[in-house]
Amino acid sequence: MLLVTVVVNRLAMALITLAGVAVVVFVLLRVVPGDPISMMISPGASPSDILALKAHYGLDAPLLTQFWIWIKGVATGDFGTSITLHLYVTEVLASRLPATLELAVLALVVAIGFGGGIAIAGTLMRRTVGETAIDGLNSIMLAVPDFIWALALVLVFAVALPILPLTGRIDPDLAQGFHSRFYLIESILTGRFAVAGNIVQHMAMPTLALALPLAAVIVRLLKQSLKEAMLQDYVLLARIKGFGELRLVLQEALRNAIGPTLSLTGVQFTFLLGGTVIVERIFSYPGIGNLAIDAVINRDFPLIQGLVLLFGLIFILINIGVDLTVATLNPRLRHG
Amino acid sequence: MFNVTRRQALAGSGGVIASLLAPQRFASAAVGSTLNIAYNVNLPSFDPDVGPSSVNPTIQAIYRSIFDQYIGQKPNLGFEPGLITAWGWSDDKSKVWMDVRENVVWHDGTPFTPADVIWSIEREGKPDGGNPVSFIWAGIGNFKVDGKRITADVKQYDPVLFKWMAFLTGYILPKAYYEKVGPQGFEKAPIGTGPYMVDAYEGNAYLRLKANPKYWGGKPAFETVVFKFVPDATSRVAEIESGSSDVTLEVPYEEFDRLKSKAGLKGVVTPISDIAQIFITNGGVMDDKNVRLAMCHAVDKEAIVKRLLRGYGVPIATLEAPEYAAFDPSIKVAYDPALAVKLLAASGYSKEKPVKFTIQTTRGFKPKDYETVQAVVGMWRNVGIEADIEIYEIAKHFELRMSHKLAPAAFYNWGNAIGDPTTSTGFAMFSKSPHSAWHSDDLDAKIGPLWGEKDEKKRIDGWKAVDRYIAEQGYILPLLQYAQPVLYKSDLKVTPNVSGALQPTLISK
Repeated sequence: MLLVTVVVNRLAMALITLAGVAVVVFVLLRVVPGDPISMMISPGASPSDILALKAHYGLDAPLLTQFWIWIKGVATGDFGTSITLHLYVTEVLASRLPATLELAVLALVVAIGFGGGIAIAGTLMRRTVGETAIDGLNSIMLAVPDFIWALALVLVFAVALPILPLTGRIDPDLAQGFHSRFYLIESILTGRFAVAGNIVQHMAMPTLALALPLAAVIVRLLKQSLKEAMLQDYVLLARIKGFGELRLVLQEALRNAIGPTLSLTGVQFTFLLGGTVIVERIFSYPGIGNLAIDAVINRDFPLIQGLVLLFGLIFILINIGVDLTVATLNPRLRHG
Repeated sequence: MFNVTRRQALAGSGGVIASLLAPQRFASAAVGSTLNIAYNVNLPSFDPDVGPSSVNPTIQAIYRSIFDQYIGQKPNLGFEPGLITAWGWSDDKSKVWMDVRENVVWHDGTPFTPADVIWSIEREGKPDGGNPVSFIWAGIGNFKVDGKRITADVKQYDPVLFKWMAFLTGYILPKAYYEKVGPQGFEKAPIGTGPYMVDAYEGNAYLRLKANPKYWGGKPAFETVVFKFVPDATSRVAEIESGSSDVTLEVPYEEFDRLKSKAGLKGVVTPISDIAQIFITNGGVMDDKNVRLAMCHAVDKEAIVKRLLRGYGVPIATLEAPEYAAFDPSIKVAYDPALAVKLLAASGYSKEKPVKFTIQTTRGFKPKDYETVQAVVGMWRNVGIEADIEIYEIAKHFELRMSHKLAPAAFYNWGNAIGDPTTSTGFAMFSKSPHSAWHSDDLDAKIGPLWGEKDEKKRIDGWKAVDRYIAEQGYILPLLQYAQPVLYKSDLKVTPNVSGALQPTLISK
């Protein structure tokens, strides 16, 4: 019951936050230099031509009027029409978000699997050369940002050993017969495994580029937490009972050590989503990150506003999700 | 709803893994009749007549693949019949006539008619219709059709009207189909009369086109063309180097030199209708003619092209490139640092007491843009000009230019795919143009009468005289004509296009 109250409160706060975000992004876009009309107006246009074009895109009205029209639309689910794409913003976001979600979630899974595995291995090998090697490797992973990983992966897996496709989400020849925009999930659920394999091939490099920095964070934190947990009395008791080292880590230490890692992973996941902007660009991956760059370059105000609100909403939902997960795992927090 | 059993899940995992291990097909990308192009920009919209994409020169190659223009353009910037086969003015220039091509069908099989032409021009000419150059199309009206001939009254004489019919937003769309499906419906299922038909599209990823078997210009060379949207230059290099794409363009010159001689690849570099220039905004020290001329004479353009751009580019003295209609090779602005020192000394400036101002530039928007400005600033420093470099986004440049608030000097590139002087010198230098930086009555007095000049020879000669005057006054600093690098598989033939549009129809086996 307490959890339900917390969720309701958090969602109410989220609405207030989103309203603030809406105001900030609307004002910022009008304050920073560059507007869509100056980006497209022809050199030979007269002042009346420019005014007519502004009127076409609704940019001739006073700022407050523009804001009121936009926010009224947002309240009813109408985010306006993209200036560059000539499509409804909601429709564009709905068609691009699944690609980014699939990529981000896959990267998260890989990061947790890879990072968690290394952290456990490092804990098992503590005070050995193996641990030193893992720490060294992890320092490198931590220091290299996602876009550098992306370029390095391109050089290795697309140029030196051309075994992975470089751009896109799927081979154009295979991109048919989908009922949803969740290509990977749908192709697996419908048994189109060749198609799923092709999608995974396309996602491999961007996924790794996004996952490796997050995996490094997970390794560092989880390994430290595990080391501390391994010194606790309940682990000692289990050891006296004859538990093996692996069982000690997985069964006793991990459950108590994972809380801080989970919280931080949630926060880091939002950074990972931010990283999709550059990584999607490098790999021509058709998600909202790639879309965001074009929207900013073209000063597509309605689309930028929609994207910022969407990113804001996702970040808020992730934070709520993480809090709930941590509370579920840790009874003390549930009642605290 | 999807129901998945554990058995299915296991089988699925196995299937995915098996397909991951399947052999790749990159090496055979060029096999068959598919052409893969690693293209440098995304296609945001299919409407070639409305919105920001319609005036983006780089996207025109895609539009020209799907749609036809009123008038066609050859790779050397010359003009040729398009959906209009013949055209002209009445003797007194009060009317225009156009003959519409017959036996042309839209991609949906319906016939192309003069009504499509009239509807397209009227749509493009609506001031509030979203066409960024509506003023061009609004210059004619009161259309009449007699068989295949359309005539119209000239409301505002523009000598460049027919050249615009091969330029930005000069595309004919299907009246009946567009009115039936609406703007959003057209975005989702566009049709044209062009050589290729839209088959599949994923924004920011790819566009797949199929050959139009009923194309009036003959069936295209490739059955399928895939434009992969790869805005990142490093990724384009990887695309062509790995064999995933058959053709790419606009790669760094260093990479071009490395790859052009690689086995299986060829390269071509062509000067295109895009020039680098430094706008000079009047006011302050720029009102001093000696300073302006010193800026121009102090810059060694040859050295910039040779050392910075690896020889790929053409130094220019005016805003007219050699392929343009008003190019005059007799106009020269010599690299003469001694003269620059002398001019500055006459205004009381020297290396010890330099003239100071700011120069704005983009960084990474054009090849070596920032580095070019760095080189220019270095050359200026040698004669007594101290310029601070300010980096800005291209969007900021447009806004500042429109409001006449650019820094005293501002680097920019100017495209002019129809090669007419109005769309280079005219729009860049006439003070009434929202995109000019130098505003002065003397120059306006020379340019003004040329907008409506009806004698073509007099018009072109007039623009040459304007270019000479600008060079003598140092009202702008033209730097160089860009060259476009194209890399392609060696079993292909690529015809370079001076307009810069890498059209699939210019590629063959």
